[in-house]
Amino acid sequence: MAMLKHPEKIIFEYSRPGRGAFGQWPTERDTPNETASDIPENLRRKKPAMLPEVSELEVVRHFTKLSQLNFSIDTHFYPLGSCTMKYNPKACNSFAMLPGFLNRHPLAPESLGQGFLACMFELQEMLKEVTGMQGVALSPMAGAHGEFAGVAMIRAYHRARGDLARNEIIVPIAAHGTNPATATMCGCVVREIPVNDEGDVDVDALRAAVGPNTAGIMLTNPSTCGVFERRIKEVAKIVHDAGGLLYYDGANLNAILGKVRPGDMGFDVIHMNLHKTFSTPHGGGGPGAGAVGVGARLLPFMPIPVVGKDGDKYRWLSERDLPQSIGRLSAFMGNAGVLLRAYIYMRMLGREGMHRVGEYATLNANYLMARLAKAGFDPAYPTRRASHEFIITAKKQKNELDISAMDIAKRLLDYGFHAPTTYFPLLVPECLLIEPTETESKEALDGFIDAMVAILEEARTQPDMVRSAPHTMTVRRLDDVRAARQLDLTWKPASA
Amino acid sequence: MSNIPADLKYTKSHEWVRTLANGNIEVGITDHAQGALGDLVFVEVPEAGKALKSGDSFAVVESVKAASDVYAPVAGAVVEGNGALGSQPELINSEPYGAGWIMRLKPGSAPAGLLSAAEYEAHLAAEG
Amino acid sequence: MPFNPHTPKDVSDMLAAIGAKKIEDLFDEIPKELRIKGLAGIPDALNEMMTGKLMMARAAQDGTPLNFIGAGAYEHHIPAAVWAVTTRGEFYSAYTPYQAEASQGTLQLIYEYQTMISSLTGMEVSNASMYDGGSAVAEASLMAVRAHRKSKSQRILVPTSVHPHYRKVAVSTATGQGVRFEEVPCPKGYLSVADLAMYQGEDITAIVIQQPNFFGVLEDVDAITNWAHANGAMVIGSVNPTSLAILKPPGEWGTKGADIACGDCQPLGVPLSSGGPYAGFLTTRMEYVRQMPGRIVGRTVDAEGKQGFALTLQAREQHIRRGKATSNICTNQGLLVTAATIYLSLLGPEGLSRVANESHRRTNELVAALTRIKGVKLAFERPRFHEAVLQLDRPAAQVIAELASRGIVAGFDLSNDYPELGHALLVCATETRTDADIKAYADALTETLKAAVRAA
Repeated sequence: MAMLKHPEKIIFEYSRPGRGAFGQWPTERDTPNETASDIPENLRRKKPAMLPEVSELEVVRHFTKLSQLNFSIDTHFYPLGSCTMKYNPKACNSFAMLPGFLNRHPLAPESLGQGFLACMFELQEMLKEVTGMQGVALSPMAGAHGEFAGVAMIRAYHRARGDLARNEIIVPIAAHGTNPATATMCGCVVREIPVNDEGDVDVDALRAAVGPNTAGIMLTNPSTCGVFERRIKEVAKIVHDAGGLLYYDGANLNAILGKVRPGDMGFDVIHMNLHKTFSTPHGGGGPGAGAVGVGARLLPFMPIPVVGKDGDKYRWLSERDLPQSIGRLSAFMGNAGVLLRAYIYMRMLGREGMHRVGEYATLNANYLMARLAKAGFDPAYPTRRASHEFIITAKKQKNELDISAMDIAKRLLDYGFHAPTTYFPLLVPECLLIEPTETESKEALDGFIDAMVAILEEARTQPDMVRSAPHTMTVRRLDDVRAARQLDLTWKPASA
Repeated sequence: MSNIPADLKYTKSHEWVRTLANGNIEVGITDHAQGALGDLVFVEVPEAGKALKSGDSFAVVESVKAASDVYAPVAGAVVEGNGALGSQPELINSEPYGAGWIMRLKPGSAPAGLLSAAEYEAHLAAEG
Repeated sequence: MPFNPHTPKDVSDMLAAIGAKKIEDLFDEIPKELRIKGLAGIPDALNEMMTGKLMMARAAQDGTPLNFIGAGAYEHHIPAAVWAVTTRGEFYSAYTPYQAEASQGTLQLIYEYQTMISSLTGMEVSNASMYDGGSAVAEASLMAVRAHRKSKSQRILVPTSVHPHYRKVAVSTATGQGVRFEEVPCPKGYLSVADLAMYQGEDITAIVIQQPNFFGVLEDVDAITNWAHANGAMVIGSVNPTSLAILKPPGEWGTKGADIACGDCQPLGVPLSSGGPYAGFLTTRMEYVRQMPGRIVGRTVDAEGKQGFALTLQAREQHIRRGKATSNICTNQGLLVTAATIYLSLLGPEGLSRVANESHRRTNELVAALTRIKGVKLAFERPRFHEAVLQLDRPAAQVIAELASRGIVAGFDLSNDYPELGHALLVCATETRTDADIKAYADALTETLKAAVRAA
């Protein structure tokens, strides 16, 4: 594993007065750097900002070394449940960065953007097709942003019908934290319902929870427990009959892509995480894209801008075309470069490829679950099929060996695997949520299984090794209590 | 097994209540609660004079993995918040019933519906 | 299928281990009536070569016209090293740094970014980014409502000299939680304290000041900041990061400085790319750090006392606080933060200052060249930075269309958002525009305006 072992200095520690990457300056070094006299003195900056004074090689070397401190899909198997860490095709990046797309100003005339707009329009159409929805808006810039758009549209729908009392959003307790956070952001009240022992939503609790105040329900299917919500049609009927709408959190779309469509399950609005299912890069924390799909009821409320077609010309649809729109959610049209990458990915997959995504993601997950169960791990829902992900609970290891899910996760790093998602969903104790994705080979999965088996053995014979992992990263386990108690959030020079 | 002093009263949401000599009450979180939260990193205490209704959140206790509200067991006016917690939130971990008190309140009426130590212990066992 | 490694033998071995006969069996929990029959609307797969031909044709269709628009997205030279390093797989395909020990690269980079952006804005602390400059204003407004100890009104004053799209995003995002945005008209192209007289003595939670404002005009930030603070309101500064190399940063506005600064990192090494992805920044004083949404990286030590970095103050965020989180934001704009940090490191303080000065100079040259033409005049006689409003003798839309056919993107038509300004065009020239570029624009505009004014 070619990971850098030695810590790297802070970039400021390389600074020397007078050093710089002069080839990047717009004017020659020996010409004066003057601010024009038409900028008033009282509005000028007196002291320069603290930015590094370093050469170009120092910058390249520093940030290259930093990159080598990271795990990434390009370097490691990354079975993070609910994140869909599949291969990010290099072609998506190269083609999205073609000059015609890269240098185009968002407000340039539409006549000079027909190529780009064609890609966006076709992306809308393809996303409608794979999700079974009637309209797609591409501007939300992340999954949580898409959730916001979805819940805002639900509220707008009820308000437009004069149904002002509907402000409750029902959320299963296993839901991703963004769901209740989104409901609150939209001025709604959250009502949580339980999940039963088999991972399905408690339908009786749902029946008791719906009523005249129900705006809607937010669901993921397959759920955050990694299993398919088998009674989804019943759930849809209960909520619709009570006058509410169904919101689909598309974080787990990879499990059913090409097999089932959220629109067919009865969902009125969905968001998709293009940085999950459609393989745009995770980038160390974004950028994502949270495109939303809507059924007929919510078409008038879509966030703008949306791409439309007049004859053979593409154009942006704005507030004038969608007067009931929930409005603009992005300064321009959203994360265009991310959307282009998703478009390119979908063209390379094509119809057949789209069908295979759900199949192979599910095959890989079930294979891992079966072999880990045989090796002595406990699936949280052993009677259920895995979707594209599944949960292992380390409750037994915690009770018998005092080894937690966190310990196992940290020890996996030493074996060269990024840890699965830990402690989510909250309702399964000591859980590891494992999602291999369809782009991993059987050998990669077998390597992961071997590591897990080795760690289980270590837990019995050398537990301290596991409890104090990781041992081979640039840092040992980090003191996050200190990080929160003694806030050090910006670098300061020693003399300061 | 967490510590549950017999001379205090408790709520289902893991607050403890001590009646002071002057009739005011002192409120904090229990040993069970501080253990579940882990090392506390920040506590937001209420300002003196703030009026509270029964069940209002009057403080937030924040650890690395959770941020929990602390609820008023009875209506009243805040007499003082524990200023020491600003620089030493860990007092709640080390002395949850002593130096880790969070607020003192002048109650509007006698607190009702509180649990005895035995009842709180049973509640913890049932929660599982 | 292009990216799945499975051979038929793999599949049969795996099915055997699972105890299933075919892959279809793995979907047996899904009601049959829900299963897709086909995806007729999806075209056949294209291999990489054919995909490349398609994308190159589409990109070529749009070409690379000469750009003179700013309006919140600025064309600057981006050093080749920025994206060569940013698109390294270890940055590009890494996840959010929740497992700190496996993400020290990203975490340290964000720490360095937080340091640079805090200093650039003259504030004390930064988060790890918001979606863009527009959502940053929305989140800053929500943050002001949370942080303001005394104000209960949730009224936020927004001058119309703030970017119209930013204002719309703020309204769409924050009114659901009870925030009330009130527009303060700026017909003169800037906000004056006199325009705020009607709010004197009112309970105002915050005011947003954009510097330079949407028209490129410089606001009187000291007077407005002092007015706001005297009136008990917080100050949110929405700023252009390049301009901060030469303009007074928000942390130094007025006597006390702005309370929250925000904006978009796009000018710092992020290409225009048809509108995104960009990255919003948000900085503030230490006293408000717990009200700040989004991720924050802190420096700490590991079990052996060695320096390391980790996400901190996570208890404010959605994955812990859930319904009571400061925001629902999860994924932000990490890769763009990477690019911006590398850009700022390459340019350094003097390089960035030269970019700012040169951009300002180029805009002045553009304005001089264009206002020499009959039918063009400068709208606002006020100090400005790297952008200007011109008033034309005919609708801007006509001029834009004509120049587009000559491969020039002339500017942004202001008549939809600011009808009171008449036939107004917002133009911008940065350090990337040469003498020849400016002459090309001037010549094309001269030709265009020779034609008689048509009925609109």
